[in-house]
Amino acid sequence: MNDINATDNPDSKAMILLLGLRRGGKSSICKVLFHNMQPLDTLYLESTSNPTVEHFSTLIDLAVMELPGQLNYFEPTYDSERLFRSVGGLVYVIDSQDEYMNAITNLAMIIEYAYKVNPLINIEVLIHKVDGLSEDFKVDAQRDIMQRTGEELLELGLDGVQVSFYLTSIFDHSIYEAFSRIVQKLIPELSFLENMLDNLIQHSQIEKAFLFDINSKIYVSTDSNPVDIQMYEICAEFVDVTIDLFDLYKDTQRNRKDSDGKAVQIRPRELKNVSHLGNGVIIYLRQMIRGLALVAVIRPNGADTESCLTVADYNVDIFKKGLEDIWANARVTSRQESPIGSS
Amino acid sequence: MSSNNRKKLLLMGRSGSGKSSMRSIIFSNYSAFDTRRLGATIDVEHSHRRFLGNMTLNLWDCGGQDVFMENYFTKQKDHIFQMVQVLIHVFDVESQEVIKDIEIFTRALKQLKNYSPDAKIFVLLHKMDLVQIDKREELFHLMMKKLQETSAEYGFPNLVGFPTSIWDESLYKAWSSIVCSLIPNMAIHQANLKKLKSVMNACEIILFERSTFLVICSSNSSHDEALDPKRFEKISNIMKNFKQSCTKLKSGFKTLVINDNIYVSELSSNMVCFVSLNNSDECQQMVLENITKAKEFFQ
Repeated sequence: MNDINATDNPDSKAMILLLGLRRGGKSSICKVLFHNMQPLDTLYLESTSNPTVEHFSTLIDLAVMELPGQLNYFEPTYDSERLFRSVGGLVYVIDSQDEYMNAITNLAMIIEYAYKVNPLINIEVLIHKVDGLSEDFKVDAQRDIMQRTGEELLELGLDGVQVSFYLTSIFDHSIYEAFSRIVQKLIPELSFLENMLDNLIQHSQIEKAFLFDINSKIYVSTDSNPVDIQMYEICAEFVDVTIDLFDLYKDTQRNRKDSDGKAVQIRPRELKNVSHLGNGVIIYLRQMIRGLALVAVIRPNGADTESCLTVADYNVDIFKKGLEDIWANARVTSRQESPIGSS
Repeated sequence: MSSNNRKKLLLMGRSGSGKSSMRSIIFSNYSAFDTRRLGATIDVEHSHRRFLGNMTLNLWDCGGQDVFMENYFTKQKDHIFQMVQVLIHVFDVESQEVIKDIEIFTRALKQLKNYSPDAKIFVLLHKMDLVQIDKREELFHLMMKKLQETSAEYGFPNLVGFPTSIWDESLYKAWSSIVCSLIPNMAIHQANLKKLKSVMNACEIILFERSTFLVICSSNSSHDEALDPKRFEKISNIMKNFKQSCTKLKSGFKTLVINDNIYVSELSSNMVCFVSLNNSDECQQMVLENITKAKEFFQ
């Protein structure tokens, strides 16, 4: 029960609850997203018996709480009322390869309860494990689940509740994409971020820019152009490449400088990676604040690549400054709010 | 260059040991996950790969079912075992019939002794990921000792073996050493690389083949204690994945610069170099200029 008490901690403001029937794939999602586990290794995960919380701090402090599938949330001993009140998002995982009628009934019950306690809660449904379904079947399953959920909610008199659906699988990038969207709903500064990114890309010949959380490769924000999943994949993989290559030679750098005998303080370098491709496209990564990284795809379209990069560098510096300002202000407001919230 | 730059590599092993998976990952840009779609190889599948421009690798992927195997050692033996440069024999560590696996290996050695006695022999203990981590080394030594004895009997005393798995970078290490053993002017490359390293004041320079990203050589020895001993294979793996994702932008990879410190760049139409500098304060243009100048020595 200690884990649940931690939710009152003002540091973890945004909280996502991960629910679903047993063997739906909740723990696997957590492991793949937050612990970089290989999707195939998740086959050997034990059944979860206790609620577990994953914290990750990006621009906002976010926590994902996973509840065991076999749990009955309506047992009186379980303090589910406070739990549901304290979370910002509710993610329900439905196994699309299994019989999902039970899951939908269960979902409707949870929605009814959660909505009564906390009408502001975001309700998201992951139609999970779609990697095993054919393209036609995916669409059918999604339509079927959406329709049935709608009917269930109507019966309960809850037809006004907004429910978002996502098709996901841990074997491709769809789970990252879905979680990115879910997390974005909880960031109050999102519209500023998007505006800033829009400004950035307009003035520096950038085709697409993402603001990534380095650890989980969830994107916190992107510009307002439509997201092409392939572009996302490329940028997410670029974060991996950068971190992996950098880590290989990180230690030698430190040793060598020490052995020189100079007592030079190694200034913390921010991570930066620029890659030119054969057709002139440039992939660009710069570390921002708080474990965030900006990844952009630049198309110079015949312009000089050097000057293009200089302009991008300059603009990204300004963008970073803006992020720092937002972050500083966000902290002030949250501190002001917290005494009111607890009273 | 000598006329004998067509190299014949035999890829043998019992059915299901993972021969075609290896070939697909190293030479056809499959991901480890994709290989489960591969079916059984029927008879011998030939593939020709140009490697480093002037070398052609003739890869004979020999299907491992007993029917085909019997054929190789009887009817087709002169066809299969003639002019072989390299035999790569793959053992499945999970196999139930180890005795039979070794027996097939000895039959192959017997034929090689007759038809191409100069062949180099490599054995790969494959699917190592299925063995518990603390048991891997012991199992590898046990198996290698047995195989060493067997191969010495047939006149191939210096057998080289690798533990491999398609799920990590060990596969790249094994294939790098196999392919490197075929490159004739290795000493020149090595010497050039050493010179380049001192000119650029680099911490390390590594040379990769462009299409497969197998390591050709490095300016440092692999047991430089300050560095990760598995770095070559890791870089191969990382860069190959990156190259793969570049194809989604319909383009090939040209250069990559991390923190003005790590440079990855094309060196020629078939080589890529990886440079890690000692200090990151050098002017980027100068480093790139140095790399361009180095190109002519690595043609």
